[in-house]
Amino acid sequence: MLGAEALIKALEKEGVDVVFGLPGGANLPIYDALVDANLRHILVRHEQSAAHMADGYARIKRKAGVCFATSGPGATNLITGIATAYADSSPMIAVTGQVPLAMIGKDAFQETDIIGVANPCTKYAFQPRAAAEIPETVKKAFYISESGRPGPVLIDIPKDVQQAREEVAFPNLIKVRGYNPIVDADLSQLERAVQAMMKAEKPIIMAGGGVILSGAFSELQALAELLMAPVVTTFKGKGSFPENHALAMGPIGMHGHAEANKIIIEADCIIAVGARFSDRSVGRFDEFGKGMTIIHLDVDPAEIGKNKAADIAVVGDVKSSLRTAVKMLTKYKIVKRAIDDPWLKRRKELIDYYADSIKDYPRELTAKKALKKLRELLPHNAIVTTEVGQCQMWASLHFDVIAPGTFFSSTGLGTMGFGFPASIGAKAAKPRSIVVDIAGDGSFNMTENSLAVSVLDKLPVIVFLMNNYMLGMVAQWQRTFYKRRYSGVHQQNCPDYAKIAEAYGAQGIRAQTMEELDKALKKAMNTDVASVIDISIDPEEDVYPFVAPGTGLKDMITGA
Amino acid sequence: MKTGDTLSQNDAVSWHLVAALVENKPGVLFRVTNLFRARSFNIESITVGSTEQVDLSRMTITTKTDEKTLDQLVKQLRKLIDVVEVRVLETSKSVYRELALIKMKAEKPTARMEITTYASIFRANILDIDKDTIMVEITGTPDKIDAFKNLVNSFGIIQLARTGVSALPRGENV
Repeated sequence: MLGAEALIKALEKEGVDVVFGLPGGANLPIYDALVDANLRHILVRHEQSAAHMADGYARIKRKAGVCFATSGPGATNLITGIATAYADSSPMIAVTGQVPLAMIGKDAFQETDIIGVANPCTKYAFQPRAAAEIPETVKKAFYISESGRPGPVLIDIPKDVQQAREEVAFPNLIKVRGYNPIVDADLSQLERAVQAMMKAEKPIIMAGGGVILSGAFSELQALAELLMAPVVTTFKGKGSFPENHALAMGPIGMHGHAEANKIIIEADCIIAVGARFSDRSVGRFDEFGKGMTIIHLDVDPAEIGKNKAADIAVVGDVKSSLRTAVKMLTKYKIVKRAIDDPWLKRRKELIDYYADSIKDYPRELTAKKALKKLRELLPHNAIVTTEVGQCQMWASLHFDVIAPGTFFSSTGLGTMGFGFPASIGAKAAKPRSIVVDIAGDGSFNMTENSLAVSVLDKLPVIVFLMNNYMLGMVAQWQRTFYKRRYSGVHQQNCPDYAKIAEAYGAQGIRAQTMEELDKALKKAMNTDVASVIDISIDPEEDVYPFVAPGTGLKDMITGA
Repeated sequence: MKTGDTLSQNDAVSWHLVAALVENKPGVLFRVTNLFRARSFNIESITVGSTEQVDLSRMTITTKTDEKTLDQLVKQLRKLIDVVEVRVLETSKSVYRELALIKMKAEKPTARMEITTYASIFRANILDIDKDTIMVEITGTPDKIDAFKNLVNSFGIIQLARTGVSALPRGENV
């Protein structure tokens, strides 16, 4: 069997049904083997989008997405998408072609040391040097990528290895001796955690992306309801807990919900579940959680004490940790907090206070109203991705996620151009769901050529494009911190997004008023072709609340 | 190694010995050093060499750092797929040694005499000698090498090469 055939067969054995990629000189043998494969190949127009599509696919399927690229520029174009997946712990297998073994190190045409380049943004990078090594490499790659704290793995295959005809065997079991992802938590630590939870008078649950990655939705909800503890999320954790739940408070952080930012600094015990205390979530590390008991549950031991020291640490898959914690709490017959408990009353008070105190931007159509309309019209099980910038933060603030795991974004790396290809990947994973990319004009520009994929591969998604003709978040910072001295932010409504959509064979709709938006959304939801809704947003509409970088959550600004 | 929750608030910087068993294959040293660079871990020395097992190499890392950074360094090292085992060695329960080659000026016979005497006190060996220079090999803890270096500094050190520290736990500890 050829090395390339071994690769395809190994992928099939892992249950891969779709790959996103783009061929080139150094992966021609792989593309030749694809002709006879039971795999759906989706041809992208830029490799970055292939990685984002694989990522979007992975976040919905909760198993590794696969992308292909050739050597050199093909491989480096993948890197932004790989780094995005790494920052958000998304499982991914990136397969790159490489120049033949004998050419490596000779600065050959389209040669790049992609193992070296990928090292800091992958869980591991393999370079099989014989066709016979490929099946075991693929098996190890999936194991490493999907287990523990998930992440991308790169397999770089020299062209002559793809072309070599060798005897190959497909192992059923593999072992990686330096890799032991912990699964079960230490029971005595869990016991300590549960005792602290019961003792707390003002407990708060801070749910992170780990809850979504491990699918611990019902366990989280059970814990919250047993403790009657308000639940805030990190931005990555948005959608880990239904945002219409009586205990939900929404995301905390730089552009978190005001009531969430406020309540977490009043708590006496923070139960952080699958969260990593990122600067964007907690503001200043030294200030956050001062004087509170911090309980930290995470699958990655290196997250314990990295940004914030924990009083009680529980290392293990959060789904199983939460399940055990819930069992323990049930056994102790915890007395439920009454609904008139001061802590729950405080929750309600804060929500009411901020509902009245944050002023709406004075315009007929605003980002906030547009997103409320989107929520009103979309079914709860629709999948929503976002681009990066103001559109993303508005989504965080004004679009409530009801069904767990139906929302994702590039939260760690903040990759502009992520949302659209990722939404196409999500559509490939769940073709019957409505998929929407909440976009801004700046981000959508970066990967808009994926419209070709959405149209040709019949993966119709809706681009909800909030167009303010600006790199809006940068413009907001320049208004706030640089005395309105605009520098490099004017996109000037170029291109015409409705026409761009039509040029690709998609549907382009303009919405200047709320009424037009309502019609446009209904039209987009009732068609089987991709749609771009170009929604006119005032360039001066800012995102509030705002916790300025380098300050603490208590320093939150709620308006201009 | 302590977990984050029991970590002392002590942020005093002190000297630590970290021993790691790693896969004996290409690219492992790169992965380890790239991790140190990416996370700004400050390393004093790193040595790597073969062990009693053909497929494993032993790395010894010395670092001057606070407890919190040491905790992260160890955890991040453990996360590397090619790193099989990581331990912080207590200096009192370990043997650790470094080798240094020091070439110095020794034009005057009195200088040669003095250097030879010092070398003998420090149990260092004279490896090479010509009419103007002497090269000494000294093995010991980094402190001992520092002390010898300070002692002979006035003769004029022409070149100096240190290997970095290798270490093993004492007795039956493995």
